[in-house]
Amino acid sequence: MRYAMAIDTKKCVGCSDCVIACQLENQVPVGYCREWIVESVSGTYPHLALEFRSERCHHCAKPPCVRCCPTGASHVEEGGVVLVEPGQCIGCGACIASCPYDARYPHPEGYVDKCTFCIHRVREGKQPACVSVCPTHCLYFGDLDDPNSEVSRKVAERKHKRLKTEAGTDPQLYFLT
Amino acid sequence: MEEELIISGRMNPKVDPMLHIWGWEIPFYLFVGGLAAGVLFFASFCYLQGKEHNYPAAIKIAPLFTPGLLVLGLMALFWDLNHKVYFWRLYTNIRLESPMSWGAWTLLVVTPLSVLWSFTYAREVFPKIDWKKQWIYQLERFFIQHRRTMAWIMVFYSVILGIYTGILLSAFNARPLWNTSILGPLFLASGLSAGAALIIWLSKNEIERRFFSRIDIVIIGAEIFFIIHMFMGFLASTEVQQEAAALFLGGPYTLPFWIFVVFIGMIIPALLELLELRGQRIPVYIPVVLILFGNVMLRFIIVYAGQASRYLY
Repeated sequence: MRYAMAIDTKKCVGCSDCVIACQLENQVPVGYCREWIVESVSGTYPHLALEFRSERCHHCAKPPCVRCCPTGASHVEEGGVVLVEPGQCIGCGACIASCPYDARYPHPEGYVDKCTFCIHRVREGKQPACVSVCPTHCLYFGDLDDPNSEVSRKVAERKHKRLKTEAGTDPQLYFLT
Repeated sequence: MEEELIISGRMNPKVDPMLHIWGWEIPFYLFVGGLAAGVLFFASFCYLQGKEHNYPAAIKIAPLFTPGLLVLGLMALFWDLNHKVYFWRLYTNIRLESPMSWGAWTLLVVTPLSVLWSFTYAREVFPKIDWKKQWIYQLERFFIQHRRTMAWIMVFYSVILGIYTGILLSAFNARPLWNTSILGPLFLASGLSAGAALIIWLSKNEIERRFFSRIDIVIIGAEIFFIIHMFMGFLASTEVQQEAAALFLGGPYTLPFWIFVVFIGMIIPALLELLELRGQRIPVYIPVVLILFGNVMLRFIIVYAGQASRYLY
């Protein structure tokens, strides 16, 4: 099993619904966030292209945060989901420094926090909060090892890119372009 | 093609707009850890060479500072933790993939060892010390008999301590400036240079001072070679590494690095030591203070600049 997410950049309008849903579902403290929206404008005027990306932890298959963690608090769970165990985290910041996506942050309570792919919902057979609220249905979550899952089909059918693959992380967010 | 990014909804403290998860505590620890590693290396190495009487400052006096230095460093590290009450979790695991993990274990070996080593020489350096209790004298005798064993462990672990401070940073491939294997040898050399400088400062023996001045000049030469080599590597590498190097080659860290670290912290003290070896009278504290200053600046600049270097989107 390999959980992954596909984000359709052609459908995303950057409304931030996913960000708010995540904050409410996971009780993310005010002023912090586990996911965010990137607006990317490329080209030279008047030939400009605009892309919206809903971004979060990439749940890398080769996660540098897990490698650098001195206590084993950062670990890989079922389906390759990268999680932090607060009771083992000393808040040293090594994982934060090791993440090329800056997807982690120090929680005000001391431990390091990040996107969990809403694994608590997924275990109940639900979709992650961000996926379930997206008004344009641009987020697809599922098992990449299952060729019939929606995320597998989208990644197979559509042109896509992954971010900062040159950092050697093998990220599991697929941006459909 | 030009690309402009607007990241909305994210302003995580200590992460945005630029990573600043590590403040003064980490470079301060890297400095005192490196200095202690340098002193302990020379102490154990010279002891194993049988130079106990030739180099008293290196073997007996300078190591007396190392327990204090290491404890200060540990306190800084503890202070830096965000989840302090769980610090003991470092010692429920050995994670060989994580330099911070084996660094923590190394400190667990080196710190008590530095205390024991100092303990065995304390009465020699300060003859007025009276331990009062008989069992402390017995303990002292025991450890004096086992100095050679301690020296063998220390010579090995002091090198690990010195080199790990650099490897700790080079393991972060997300920060291109740190992600170079030369950082380990560079920090080790820098720690040895600081150790030699402290020994020169404390030594009252002309032969010992000259010996460590010579060693220091060679180490500073190696450091300058490592720095040049580091930038050659960056400039011949990918765009992210070239951008990391640009921080020091025209970017915001250019003046602090080349003036404080390389010129004031390496070239000037090396020249002063050279002049002294040639017979000029130079107050001993001048090159020593400059070397220690350059050492501090190297750690601070590398830790801060490394957090400013990142992968391109």
